[in-house]
Amino acid sequence: MMPQSSFMVLAAIDPNRETELRALLDSMNEAPGRVNQTNPLVPFARLEMLHFARFVILHDETIDDVKVYNLQPQTYPLYLAFLGDIDGNEKAFLRELATVAADGLRKILSCCIGFPSGSDLVRWMQEHRAPPIANYVNRPGRTVRQVHEEAALQESIVNFIKIRTPALAALSPRDLHAEIQRFVADEKLAGRLMLSPQPATPIDWQLRNLLHFVGMPALFFLASPLLILLAPLFLFRLRMLENSDPELCWRVDPSYSDGLANLEDHYVTNQFTAMGSLKPGFVRLAVVIGVLWAVNWGARHLFTRGRLARIRTIHFARWVFLDDRKRMVFFSNYDGTVESYMDDFINKTGFGLNAVFSNGIGYPRTDWLVIGGCADEQKYKDFLRRHTLPTQVWYKAYPGLTAIDLERNSRIRDGLESPSLGEKEARDWAALL
Amino acid sequence: MTPNEVDYSDIQGLVRFGFGAMKEARYALLRVKDLPAARAWLRSAPITTAATMDPPPPTALQVAFTAAGLKALEVSPAAVAGFSPEYLAGMTEENRSRRLGDIGQSAPEEWEWGYGSDAMPHLIVMFFAEPGQLAPLLKNSKNSIWEEAFTEIRWLETENLDGIEPFGFADGISQPQIDWEQRRDPTRAEVDYSNLCSLGEFLLGYPNEYNKFTERPLLEPDEQSADLLGAVEAPEKKDLGRNGTYFVLRDLQQDVRAFWQFLNQQSEGDFATAEKLGASFVGRTRAGDPLARVQKSSIPGITPEEKQNQFTFEKDPGGSGCPFGAHIRRANPRNTDFPGRPAGFFARLVTRLGFGPRGFRDDLMSSVRFHRILRRGREYGPELRPEDAVALAPPNDPERGLHFICLNANISRQFEFLQNAWIVNTKFSGLTNESDPLLGTRAPLVGCPATAHFTIEAENHLRRRLSGLPQFVTVRGGAYFFLPSLRALRYFTA
Repeated sequence: MMPQSSFMVLAAIDPNRETELRALLDSMNEAPGRVNQTNPLVPFARLEMLHFARFVILHDETIDDVKVYNLQPQTYPLYLAFLGDIDGNEKAFLRELATVAADGLRKILSCCIGFPSGSDLVRWMQEHRAPPIANYVNRPGRTVRQVHEEAALQESIVNFIKIRTPALAALSPRDLHAEIQRFVADEKLAGRLMLSPQPATPIDWQLRNLLHFVGMPALFFLASPLLILLAPLFLFRLRMLENSDPELCWRVDPSYSDGLANLEDHYVTNQFTAMGSLKPGFVRLAVVIGVLWAVNWGARHLFTRGRLARIRTIHFARWVFLDDRKRMVFFSNYDGTVESYMDDFINKTGFGLNAVFSNGIGYPRTDWLVIGGCADEQKYKDFLRRHTLPTQVWYKAYPGLTAIDLERNSRIRDGLESPSLGEKEARDWAALL
Repeated sequence: MTPNEVDYSDIQGLVRFGFGAMKEARYALLRVKDLPAARAWLRSAPITTAATMDPPPPTALQVAFTAAGLKALEVSPAAVAGFSPEYLAGMTEENRSRRLGDIGQSAPEEWEWGYGSDAMPHLIVMFFAEPGQLAPLLKNSKNSIWEEAFTEIRWLETENLDGIEPFGFADGISQPQIDWEQRRDPTRAEVDYSNLCSLGEFLLGYPNEYNKFTERPLLEPDEQSADLLGAVEAPEKKDLGRNGTYFVLRDLQQDVRAFWQFLNQQSEGDFATAEKLGASFVGRTRAGDPLARVQKSSIPGITPEEKQNQFTFEKDPGGSGCPFGAHIRRANPRNTDFPGRPAGFFARLVTRLGFGPRGFRDDLMSSVRFHRILRRGREYGPELRPEDAVALAPPNDPERGLHFICLNANISRQFEFLQNAWIVNTKFSGLTNESDPLLGTRAPLVGCPATAHFTIEAENHLRRRLSGLPQFVTVRGGAYFFLPSLRALRYFTA
């Protein structure tokens, strides 16, 4: 399989050139929230390994929230984040990117501090990389190419069925399977369909993955005597904090939420960018790092079949620390509206949501880290909307397809590639068509 | 009286009753012309409450306000600001239209009322009456103060079709049962489908399905707010929302002829087959019998007599009984908090962690108990029997449709979610390229050019897929209203 990875370039914007940058980013869209896939600045669609990408100005409206802890608000630089999810490794992608979009990227990045005109684009982007602390991929190994090929396969089968309905409808599921196998084989021969075989998994990636799979629990095991010893103290402190941490959950100004809504629901999939300051102190930092390590480990080794716990609508998501772990940004690409996304999280995996985000300033009150919190639905939604940022440019390589569509198409293909299916398997397979 | 006890005489009757015996109804969409007169008329209006009366009253009068209406009544801006954002922004806000599927022919710019400031009503006054009683009721109500107070934008007429909606199918069979006594504990995970819903889902000021109080205006006590009830969770505040709820109205014009002509053409002119196909669109036969099998054990919140409502889709995981995309399966998937009914703590934990059932369609939908609505709509236009609908339309064929009305405490989580994530969603329940067979707009989306399909799943062979469904329903108007308690109404009109 071809593993996926991510990239993120983070650079401070030159305050004198923010307006110019915003205009440049807007010029990449056909309309607000609708990217021009082949815009001259960064023609995303020409990058065949790219699943999702976005440019977002990390303008944090909640910077003063730290005052509730009697801390002086910091004056952080205003960052531009450019990030995406890709097939293969980051370096190869950045090189490709620099070939396809050198001029456009130079134009955009020159609005950032410290971008010298003659600089090596790839090197500069690498120097400004912001790696995630946790990353989720819906289906590791599924490449953009595979998505397109399988979508074409599904469409072609649906058309075949449409033309041949009376004959096919009379067939048993197993005979139907065989008949469609024949049709697909012919289409492949004629060069009308392409189903590329899975590429070999890079050995070094396999090794690193195995090491990560074993290493994290091993480290945890080694540290466990100490953790058990510290746990009572830790929990006591956490409970104290939970009892005193203030909630900052009020409804955002309608003009702000309208600004966000203008960019949403143009496609079946939406982007989500949220940021905020972490609660001060060692305990909260340790909790958020620990939980995100666990999330990252789980995402990499357990949740590799299209589900992040119970959630089936996320394509890619990641958490990134900023400014010496004082702040955090969360990026996600999910199907449906933001309202259904929030409901999904609250009702299906509220515990996980609480464990991560309750370490952010102002989150609705939790008990024992996982209880309560987002169960106060409206407070949570208000909190989240306050922290949501408008994403200026957002690209998706397969705009009409949801994660469920991708899964269906992959299941259709997998079934086709099994030489024969049992009675029940054939029935389940036929139900996908 | 305990703080959260329900005072029925403070609640408008529509929340508790559909006024079914009052077969006649007309709704007036009004704008305030003269403020003192409007207040005076509203103060003297005999609003029917939810208290039971013996004998039941022969007529009823209800009133609800848009956000523009509250401003026209010069309700304090601080109080107005406490209502929900979707109510304040209104149904026709551009981004909202995209979510609700109000695009193309159904776009607000095309509406007959509800879009643009002149066509936006301030209030709706609803008159209900037993046969023969409507005319005298209207005559009494439309007095000289009325004439002075209001500009009539439009009268919405209704037609009594005896529980059959214009396409010819029994309607209004499934309604949530409100837990008026507030005995149910909504914080307990629901493993079996229940039709019993927390009072706070349909009435502000009471705990909702999250056991929380939905946001609403809570006021500082002063002379003006003295008569209002205190908030249950914050007794020092006056609760303007208490015993009131949001009232969603949409005028849905139904093209009955197009509907039956399409079915007929798909069935090659065989009417019985067309009826069957229509039933698969709806999920019920014309008589209202569900296509999913009725179960023997009774569902909480559904009486044993309501046989047509005694079912879930659990035993029909493949959609061969009732298609996944059928209207009633979209509007109420009858699911629970967990897929596959995990019994016991451990099984639930496994499911919670994401290791529950892994079938293609497992766990795709949100739990329905957070997305219920109370429907109170009425039909309009003369009856057109399906047998006659296949014929070509005569000149000046009258319009038919539904004044869709629903009540809910949280418009975005209930009505809007249902409309967006389930009704118009072209990706509902693992389907693709199709939206609700009755209500869908068939408008293309970016990357999904075709949305005019409908799939009928089959057990042991290939599904049937129809294509080229026309748009049968067009939105012609609509607005979000607030249906206040009687106390809140006095506050608005003081």
